[in-house]
Amino acid sequence: MNNFSWYNAKSIEDALTQVNSTASNEIYRQTEKAAILKAGGTDLLDLMKEGLLQPKTIVNIRELPGLDKIEFSNNDGLRVGANSTLAEIAAHEDIRKHYIAFAQAAGDAATPQLRNMATIGGNIAQRTRCWYFRSYDHPCFRKGGDRCFAKNGENENHAILNNGSCVSVHASSVSTALMAYDARVVIVNSKNETKEIPIADFFVAPGEDPLRETILEADEIITHIRLAKPASGTKAAYIKQGARESHDWSIADVAVVLEMNGKTCKRAAIALGAASPVPLRSMRAEGALAGNQITHEIALEAATLAMERARPLAKNGYKVPLFINLIQEAILNAS
Amino acid sequence: MDTRKEKFPYGIPDHNLTEIEREIPADEPPAWPVNDQLQEVGKRRIRVDARAKVTGEAKYTSDIRLPGMLYAKILTAKVPHASIRNINTQEAEKLPGVHAVHILRNEDNSYPDVKYVGQPVAAVAADSLDIARQATRMIQVDYLEKPFVIDVEQAMKPEAPLVFDAPIARQADGGDVGVVHDGSKGQGNLRGPSTSSFFGGPRGDLEAGFSQADVIVEQTYRTQVQTHVPLETHGVVIDWKPEGMTVYASTQSTKDVRDELADYFDLPKSRVRVICEFMGGGFGAKHSTSPYGPVAAILSQKTGRPVWLMLERKEEHLMAGNRPNSIHYLKIGAKKDGMLTAIQQRSHGTAGVALGAGVGRVAQILYECPNFATEQYDVLTFAGPGAAWRAPGNVQGAFGVEQAIDELAEKLNLNPLAYRDKIDQSEVRKVLRQRGAKQFDWSRWKPAGSSTGTIRKGLGVAQSTWPRFVDLDSTVEVKIYRDGAVEVRSGVQDIGTGTKTIMAQIVAEEFGLKTADVIVRIGDTIFPDAPGSGGSKVTGSITPPTRNAAYKAKMELFKQIAQQWQTDATKLVASNGMILHKDDASKKVSLKEALQRMRTGQITASASRSDDYGGFAQPWGLAHGHLGSVQFAEVTVNTDTGMVKVDRIVAAHSCGRPINLTQIESQINGGVIQGVSYALYEDRVMDEATGHMMNPDVDRYQIAYSMEIPAIEPIIVEEYPALSSTDAYGIGEPANIATAAAVANAVYNAIGMRMYEIPITPARILKALNHLDQ
Repeated sequence: MNNFSWYNAKSIEDALTQVNSTASNEIYRQTEKAAILKAGGTDLLDLMKEGLLQPKTIVNIRELPGLDKIEFSNNDGLRVGANSTLAEIAAHEDIRKHYIAFAQAAGDAATPQLRNMATIGGNIAQRTRCWYFRSYDHPCFRKGGDRCFAKNGENENHAILNNGSCVSVHASSVSTALMAYDARVVIVNSKNETKEIPIADFFVAPGEDPLRETILEADEIITHIRLAKPASGTKAAYIKQGARESHDWSIADVAVVLEMNGKTCKRAAIALGAASPVPLRSMRAEGALAGNQITHEIALEAATLAMERARPLAKNGYKVPLFINLIQEAILNAS
Repeated sequence: MDTRKEKFPYGIPDHNLTEIEREIPADEPPAWPVNDQLQEVGKRRIRVDARAKVTGEAKYTSDIRLPGMLYAKILTAKVPHASIRNINTQEAEKLPGVHAVHILRNEDNSYPDVKYVGQPVAAVAADSLDIARQATRMIQVDYLEKPFVIDVEQAMKPEAPLVFDAPIARQADGGDVGVVHDGSKGQGNLRGPSTSSFFGGPRGDLEAGFSQADVIVEQTYRTQVQTHVPLETHGVVIDWKPEGMTVYASTQSTKDVRDELADYFDLPKSRVRVICEFMGGGFGAKHSTSPYGPVAAILSQKTGRPVWLMLERKEEHLMAGNRPNSIHYLKIGAKKDGMLTAIQQRSHGTAGVALGAGVGRVAQILYECPNFATEQYDVLTFAGPGAAWRAPGNVQGAFGVEQAIDELAEKLNLNPLAYRDKIDQSEVRKVLRQRGAKQFDWSRWKPAGSSTGTIRKGLGVAQSTWPRFVDLDSTVEVKIYRDGAVEVRSGVQDIGTGTKTIMAQIVAEEFGLKTADVIVRIGDTIFPDAPGSGGSKVTGSITPPTRNAAYKAKMELFKQIAQQWQTDATKLVASNGMILHKDDASKKVSLKEALQRMRTGQITASASRSDDYGGFAQPWGLAHGHLGSVQFAEVTVNTDTGMVKVDRIVAAHSCGRPINLTQIESQINGGVIQGVSYALYEDRVMDEATGHMMNPDVDRYQIAYSMEIPAIEPIIVEEYPALSSTDAYGIGEPANIATAAAVANAVYNAIGMRMYEIPITPARILKALNHLDQ
């Protein structure tokens, strides 16, 4: 790791005055002057240890006042401050009551130590864990290089959907749940302008720009995540599967949010993690459930539809049956 | 040599225990009775260094801080095959805080060719580790890159790039398996075949054997490369002064490191002192400090300062040794009644740029079979060197053999446990199977496919064997002091297995003391030479001289007291802190008082490991008989997710006379956990296009963590072979051999599909269940 200076930001405005770049802008570039934001720091530290990121200044926003509040009201729904930790989210009563898939995804992520440090803002802004991306010695598309090493390489953990150029999968399994809840990301910039965007639009697919995974710019900071109050009859489930039960990255995870009217599903949201470079909603699977009673058969039909366009790579064909089984199970668990 | 005859307990208590007369050296102690008649030996005793370890007082190699000490960092190669045209260190040398830069060179001063990613190229010593790291990044290496090959089967092809174009010798750390010297038989990257081991060569006539067979199992089993991941990485702190070199090393052998560095620098062995007081784990790869030890020594010599050099985790994965993989072909024939008629074995494995990938010994000796032949090949690849790894060759070997035996049992319509009763001649394993089966409730076993639904349960069993290795160059001193202290000294290291504690127990037993009363000073080459911690040989090598030296010191003391009491020293006994006269209750003195009355301030006695009573099976210290183990596994397989969970392992083991039950159980627990980890998780993932390991950390290199650890129920069976004054043997390696095979057999029992390759990941299970091509 390189030497760097440390700046404790006093306010959002202060932080945005100090900062001049984003982690994604600086990866694999040896800029001498980069000042970047750090929230929980769990992802940043790994990138710096590998030498992928060599910032001159770290602007610490972990202690910013007011950014760690979690508020719920029947009118506004849920507002989660960007500095709320995954541990706080997993344990929060209102989140457990109204957004169980979100609480569960936060609680299933990483380890207790990491959940105590990692913030929700940092979690959705983290970089992919593709081991080629994470290796300094592999100059891949995502680092401005000329190829994807994983496409014909060691790709057992990689994408089975939308795996055209870069085959990495998104690292945030919490985002899978946020996608299913149609969460919105609240961002403020250095001109103090606030925007609120659907989480699906927050992520950037490699086809659009391989060098970044979110729309965040250097003069922007995430302040909140917002989730609308669920309609009555809403039920949800989340399942994460790692290759190991203790701390592991997801090899497949699924969040299902169903708006039920008695036994009939009015509306379904089905999100998949570790399936594609960005967290994904399966409209086909959702369409199969809407207006139907939830049975084993319909759940399997939806799950199969979700995988209809799967194009596994040489070593990750197992993910197709895995996703089919997990989606079916999550639908049945939710209903 | 003066000898006398002595009767020893012989056999297995509650089974066939009897007595046997042995002729033993006259100065060795009388036979101990079985453990239930002893006070300290065979009991549960807390580690003598437990407090130091849990409070952090214990100083490991990486904790050593010497005045003026510098920190070193190695620069490793980023390409798998290259010659080096030039190395520019100018910038690095100019960095403030840098004291020395060292470039690794051949004897003719040329740069060595790079043969794997992670090979050391140069090193820096600096005021801090951060400066040293920064300086290594400033060294420019100009590589002329060359073609390479990573995959074992690709490397075997005649057109594959050659790792070496000349014969190579096996490294000292290779673990005595398979190809030892590659000679001239090699074709391309293929070395071997090795067709024999220390158990002999081929026997009988394979063709005739298979022609007598009614059933034949013919299969290929595959195991992965497992890297060395101890909590404490490899490392040294070296202080090279004009008068000699002091080396603090995280090592499994103080003696080997001393000899290695003395040889390397052409120094008298007396000028190299190696110290290892506490060790943070070693599984076979820590006998040698090559290549980083000599680098640290040179940096210390160049700077005149002590140099600290611990490998970082990534370097540990890449250069510090690994368990070679195996592609293990087995053909086993049996008659209708189950008796084996022929075993044919052929294996290929890679230890990267080193040798030692043989897996043949299990097939050779686990079961009696008149016709046997083996061909074991090493395949050189452009990857980090393999090393000894907790029962070298046997873990891979057992994974194949014990599944093949299960497959034979199924073909013969026999319960796999009953089948082993039929074909296994080992008496101790018979007892282990009986006691293990009872504890496990093996009667629940049903044929494969009996479990249905999404959550399937399976039971499996596997067994193993390990020789009793003894190192005769094992010497111990016992000193008793006028101030009451009783101390034991030896160069032997305690790598966490509890060697210190068992030495204290033995001395305590001899003197009628408590284990905690004995001072243990070991892990330093200024003390007498003792074995390296490999081959599970330390306990069998070091405990007899420990007892014999304690006995000699005690008899010296007894002589002095006997003179005062006007009796014979043989009439005296030490018990409960007292010295008593066997026949005269009026004569007694506390040990403390007896020590105060010694004529000299200290009495020192020394003893070396004598030959086994009854002689060795091999002249160089391979004892008669084997250490047995039988492990039973209970697993759950989720057919939706492909997840395998090992719920329970019953591990029945024998290691001669058990010395410390708690520590033996700890070793069994560790062996089983590592076996589960090997069976289900660990895997060195190599990118064939770039030659890099893709998971050189403990995030993506997966090891069993707390959730993965099954309920482990150790069963320890006492067995008295009457071969030494303690009859004790090690357990470290035997504890690890059978686990993966037992788990694989249980997985088959659960899902009715056999997993021929480990690790058994969700991907492999789902691939099998869904009949996927890849």
